[in-house]
Amino acid sequence: MTHSDTPVLELNGIKKTFMISQGLMKGTKPLYALNDISVQLNKGEVLGIVGESGCGKSTLAKILLGLMEPTSGEVLIDGQSLKGHKQLDISRRVQPIFQDPYSSLNPRKRIGDIISLPLRVHGIGDPAEHERKVIEILDLVGLPKRVLNNYPNQMSGGQRQRVAIARALIMKPEIVICDEPTSALDVSVQSQILNLLMDLKDELQLTYLFISHDLSVVEHLADRVIVMYLGRICEQAPPDRIFDEPRHPYTEALLGSVLTPEPGQGVPDTNLGASYPNPINPPSGCRFHPRCAKAMDICKSNAPMLQQINRSKVECHLYE
Amino acid sequence: MTDVTHSIEEEDFGPSPREILKKSILAHRSLLLGFGAIVIIVLAALLAPVLAPHDPYLQDLSIRFTPPVWQDGGSWEHILGTDHLGRDYLSRLLYGARISLTIGIGAVLISGTIGTTLGVCAGYFGGRVDMVVNYLITVRLSMPVVLVALAIVAIFGGSLNIVIMVLGFLLWDRFAVVMRSSTMQVRNMDYVQSAQAVGCSTLRIVLTEIMPNIMNNLIVVATLEMAHAILLEAGLSFLGLGVQPPLPSWGLMVAEGKEMLFFEPWLIMIPGAALFILILSINLMGDGVRDVTAPAGKN
Repeated sequence: MTHSDTPVLELNGIKKTFMISQGLMKGTKPLYALNDISVQLNKGEVLGIVGESGCGKSTLAKILLGLMEPTSGEVLIDGQSLKGHKQLDISRRVQPIFQDPYSSLNPRKRIGDIISLPLRVHGIGDPAEHERKVIEILDLVGLPKRVLNNYPNQMSGGQRQRVAIARALIMKPEIVICDEPTSALDVSVQSQILNLLMDLKDELQLTYLFISHDLSVVEHLADRVIVMYLGRICEQAPPDRIFDEPRHPYTEALLGSVLTPEPGQGVPDTNLGASYPNPINPPSGCRFHPRCAKAMDICKSNAPMLQQINRSKVECHLYE
Repeated sequence: MTDVTHSIEEEDFGPSPREILKKSILAHRSLLLGFGAIVIIVLAALLAPVLAPHDPYLQDLSIRFTPPVWQDGGSWEHILGTDHLGRDYLSRLLYGARISLTIGIGAVLISGTIGTTLGVCAGYFGGRVDMVVNYLITVRLSMPVVLVALAIVAIFGGSLNIVIMVLGFLLWDRFAVVMRSSTMQVRNMDYVQSAQAVGCSTLRIVLTEIMPNIMNNLIVVATLEMAHAILLEAGLSFLGLGVQPPLPSWGLMVAEGKEMLFFEPWLIMIPGAALFILILSINLMGDGVRDVTAPAGKN
């Protein structure tokens, strides 16, 4: 891993609070979607983010894309704060690839128009150059030139996802935010898309933020993994640490919940007794304690501090 | 230029949306029927000066109440007979189509613009904007159209322009409701978010990402509202508060014929049938457009 010194992307104490209406005349209550998230992402790195639905992964993606302002904290790209930057500046450096290729392409537009949209919005080059660039990028993502005049509904899920990748990469961004880019695809197509993403990363020197709940994908691709729970990072470590030696009980439970193709194994028991807590009324102390198999008395009252153990960073009272 | 080798194999893509649309239009009989009838009526209205055998305003009391050609005493000189002032009924019917279509199109243009703007804003921005628009829709729905129209026309006097304005400002509610909900649906699609992430302006997103995807709903509502407006105009004219004589509105023709209902029923039946055919074919076309553009075959 050879990384330059300044991180390409740096999150400092990001908080995002939504005010949730409790019904007429009852006022609003805060929902802490992201609670003090700090991450550094180095150039050429793949950072995997895992966690169950509702833990704040997608909110994080939206903040990074500049589509949402964090309530507090700052996002730095190449050491520069995103605050005060126009959406156009952000979009040159950060681009998304979405989960569902069936809803991420406008069904009324031709593929050529979809891919060249960023160029047209940013006023880069003339129509002839647009076409040349689009053909170039189509070639890069492995689509034939003749799809230019096709419509999205003429293509399969995998082909559509390639179009979405082409659209994200045509501006040569530094950071690509992949929000579960393979979870809507057939298993047979998933690996193709993942390999394509990895090839493109080397070729274009991209940095990926890879959001997923498919743990095997993250294990395979990521240089570093963040496990999120209820808007907080509970464990941060290289994938081999996470998968071989999970520290946080939640990480353990996540790993234990992976379904195996082995018949007769049944549905795995995660020991996560209680259901996912209501994020409007998060539990006191450690937010995970109601579901934690190893909960102690201290967990109910005190929030754990970040601990550095070897190459892992964990927020858990077990290691204090 | 690259060594990325995961190209998909050459394979045939399915038919394009345009081809699918063309096929389903050609297979939809009532759509074609309605569309054909509308084309004929529009042509008749446009070519009225050429087609009309007589001046629709020319009175000749000596030939009043000439029956149409298929009744005793009818003549080919006045194919559909003459009215109580001896004006040629066919000519008035042809010119009447102009009035009905003008009112239908004019009212829909006004109400469509108001309703679509409000609905798209409400659906796109949500929150406070949505609350205000919903309030406006509720206010509008609480006003009975005919009553308000009658009151306004009674105050300002009836004329073609006033009827168009009144109907245009009263019929936008369905546009607003439908456009609001369809915008909300489309707004949550990832391609809208992707356009935002690319840095598109809100106006550009609305015009190029959202509008093309809700256009089919807009067309369906527009046809239904057009039929509604034409019927309302006929109703207002029948009550004497719409288009004023001597303009040959179909509703007015029914009103003028109603005194002779028992003796010369064709005076009412002919404009009535014309209205019926126009409304029916507009509705057939609207239903057909809805069927054809419904996302049945979509992934």
